[in-house]
Amino acid sequence: MNAEHIATSEKEECWVPNILAFACNWCSYAGADLAGVSRLQYPPTVKILRVMCSSRVEPSFILKALKDGADGVLIAGCHIGDCHYIDGNKNAEVRINNTKKALAKLGLDKRLRLEWISASEGLRFSEVIKDFTEEIKKLGANPVKARNEPQINADERRLNASVKASAANVQGSE
Amino acid sequence: MSDNKSTENKGTVAKDNEEKRIGVFVCECGVNIGGVVNTKAVAEYIGTLPGVKVTSVNKFTCSDSGQADIQQKIKEHNLNRIVVAACSPKTHEPTFRACIEEMGLNQYFLEFVNIRDHCSWIHMWEKEKATEKAKDLVRMGVERSKLLEPLQASEVPVIDKALVIGAGVAGMQSALDLADMGFQVYLVEKEPSIGGRMARFDKVFPTNDCSICILGPKMVEVARNKNIQIMSYSEVKAVEGYVGNFNVKIEHKPRYLDVAKCTGCAKCSEVCPVEVPYDFNEGFGTRKAIYVPFPQAVPLRAVIDMENCISCKACAKACESKAINYDMKPSYTDLNVGVIIGAVGFKTYDPEPRHDFGYGLYDNVITAMEFERLLNAAGPTGGHVVRPSDCKEPIRVGFVNCVGSRDKNTNIYCSGVCCMVTIKNAQLLKEKRPETDQTIMYIDIRTPFRGYEESYNRSRNLGVKFLRGRPVEVKEDPVTKNIKVRVEDTLAGEIRNLEFDLMVLATGIVPNEGIGKIQQLLKLSKAADGLLMEAHPKLKPVDTTIDGVFLAGCASGPKDIPYAVSQGSACAGRATILLKNKKAITEGITAVVNPDVCVGCEVCIPMCPFQAIMMDERTGKANVMKALCKGCGTCVAACPTGALEQSHFKNDQLLAQVKNVFRFQEVAA
Repeated sequence: MNAEHIATSEKEECWVPNILAFACNWCSYAGADLAGVSRLQYPPTVKILRVMCSSRVEPSFILKALKDGADGVLIAGCHIGDCHYIDGNKNAEVRINNTKKALAKLGLDKRLRLEWISASEGLRFSEVIKDFTEEIKKLGANPVKARNEPQINADERRLNASVKASAANVQGSE
Repeated sequence: MSDNKSTENKGTVAKDNEEKRIGVFVCECGVNIGGVVNTKAVAEYIGTLPGVKVTSVNKFTCSDSGQADIQQKIKEHNLNRIVVAACSPKTHEPTFRACIEEMGLNQYFLEFVNIRDHCSWIHMWEKEKATEKAKDLVRMGVERSKLLEPLQASEVPVIDKALVIGAGVAGMQSALDLADMGFQVYLVEKEPSIGGRMARFDKVFPTNDCSICILGPKMVEVARNKNIQIMSYSEVKAVEGYVGNFNVKIEHKPRYLDVAKCTGCAKCSEVCPVEVPYDFNEGFGTRKAIYVPFPQAVPLRAVIDMENCISCKACAKACESKAINYDMKPSYTDLNVGVIIGAVGFKTYDPEPRHDFGYGLYDNVITAMEFERLLNAAGPTGGHVVRPSDCKEPIRVGFVNCVGSRDKNTNIYCSGVCCMVTIKNAQLLKEKRPETDQTIMYIDIRTPFRGYEESYNRSRNLGVKFLRGRPVEVKEDPVTKNIKVRVEDTLAGEIRNLEFDLMVLATGIVPNEGIGKIQQLLKLSKAADGLLMEAHPKLKPVDTTIDGVFLAGCASGPKDIPYAVSQGSACAGRATILLKNKKAITEGITAVVNPDVCVGCEVCIPMCPFQAIMMDERTGKANVMKALCKGCGTCVAACPTGALEQSHFKNDQLLAQVKNVFRFQEVAA
């Protein structure tokens, strides 16, 4: 193994993805707490942002995060049927799936994940983070953050409009 | 989008002209945080951020001195936003909210950053990276704190009535305590009689007093108490509302007889020609299709088991008070209560499907609950312990502990009570028939509470044998039906072949069907073991994450009787705080409409799970009813114009965090 090779592999090792996780207050945030209490070690790639319900997460938050440097965005909520707000997580599912479709146009859909993690699933929380980190590592750094600002803003506006429109359609049909 | 713009041009920051003076308090939590994260470096970095007037590192920020430090710095530096970087807001946010409120700051001016559970504890071996992450997390909090707005927690009235679900010993204790304090209690039980599992035990450890003799009077006391309304043979079907005002729908299953007329004389049972296995005796012996659950039942009323009834109408002819009514339908009651106590109990592990230790294959392998009924004077054999294959009295009896507990193939947890159950059962048999020979095969003997170790010693003195080891092979002798066991005696270090006339399995405590039902109805959390989760395992053992809902007994983990009774009383005590104050404080976090922006598109209305949004017919704009709004933010995310906002989780507040996740300023610079 030559020195150059070692340097590259070290470089690859060193690159740490940036993941933003929106966790619902009742299940997933508590699940992340339990992972901590149980001292389940997982890579320092994720920063958790608390929302009351996974359905609070707007597509624009996800786009903003991807634009500002997130390599991956995780939305974590209660399991279907366990939502503290009856069925907020079902609304979240519709929104995230629509956002995923819109992101597919930019080739960013694999960087968005929706997971159900309960308050007792500390182990699952850590496993999800490990798995998502590995997946993002394979994808590499988010290409959008390297692109210029005006282009992204235009993309963002276009995406915002299409996501809102598709979300409204789904709501209308329900 | 409007919300994006507002953060980017920093318009919102300048919205109220007051200068933001932020104090950041980094907690070391002993070594929990300080041992991993370089807290001083975090504080130093955060101190360079605009708006941060003072930073402080404390060994324990939640301690008296830590809180005094916050209060002193608020005074000294005239702070108006406080960021605490410590453990989880789920446990400690209320502490610091109260702390800053004492200094005249609105409690919602606190931003809580979790650098323990979400940082130091999960990156224990990556100290530098953990420190960098902590800096990012605190920076996110600082930026969000600048945009926090004052809110008022609201008060809701509490109806001074309680619902207790489950009338086992824990539920009965809750009901009695609340009733004795003068509150109206509805006690709902799915079985035809109250009493729960304890009514089935023969004698209870460590004192070996007769179970029904101590429970029976309590059951009568419950029935006699004017403040308790027993709803037996009933189930909770729906729960709506919130702390202080739960609307509960109760279904009363049909007993097919008029409870007011029935006297419990059981003449109907005498004439009934149908015999089915008697569930109260764990399937030993039979009962009739119309039956009184057991002699001490409360209410002492018969019930028809329609699944097995052949409609011969013999009971109707025999009933002197003409109580029988075959056409009875389920009836419903709607209740309004302020608090709910869930004491839905447990069931014992069923070894049948896996045929653990030959159970279900060999007649002479039975469970401890079955053995309990055989010991009982009111049981199927009148208290004579006989073995099922030939109804002979066994001499050599083997007991196997930890069946369905401490086993990765079934349940990993320890059920806590089975050691004592086995010790007690062996003692009782020895006392009844000293010629018998008992061997207890165990993994560990666990006798942690008062009188338990003494009871264990007593059984050793009586001659009960203890063998440390788990049977590896269990076979039935085809002729004698004796049970042949191969077991490694791990203390002696040898394999032993033993033969028993009867073998008893100490089956563990597992969740029953009621647990799943109330979990869904009350929106509770279930733990990995399938049992319900308390709000905090140590400091809030009977509270749940749902305000006004409490848990007692085995629904939240295996417990013995004194523990379950204590929890019953604890629930009553916790519930009384709400019932007596007649009010509860609820979070000020709700959805808010900006009428200037709302276009009345009504997208939000079907989104709300609580029907809290209505159209104001006069203005044509959406209107959020605060008392109904739970503050989930579903509608906010759906609003196409940005007219809806979730207080304390406003778009700009959340986006301030998003924007600062990745060292945005440094990247930009």
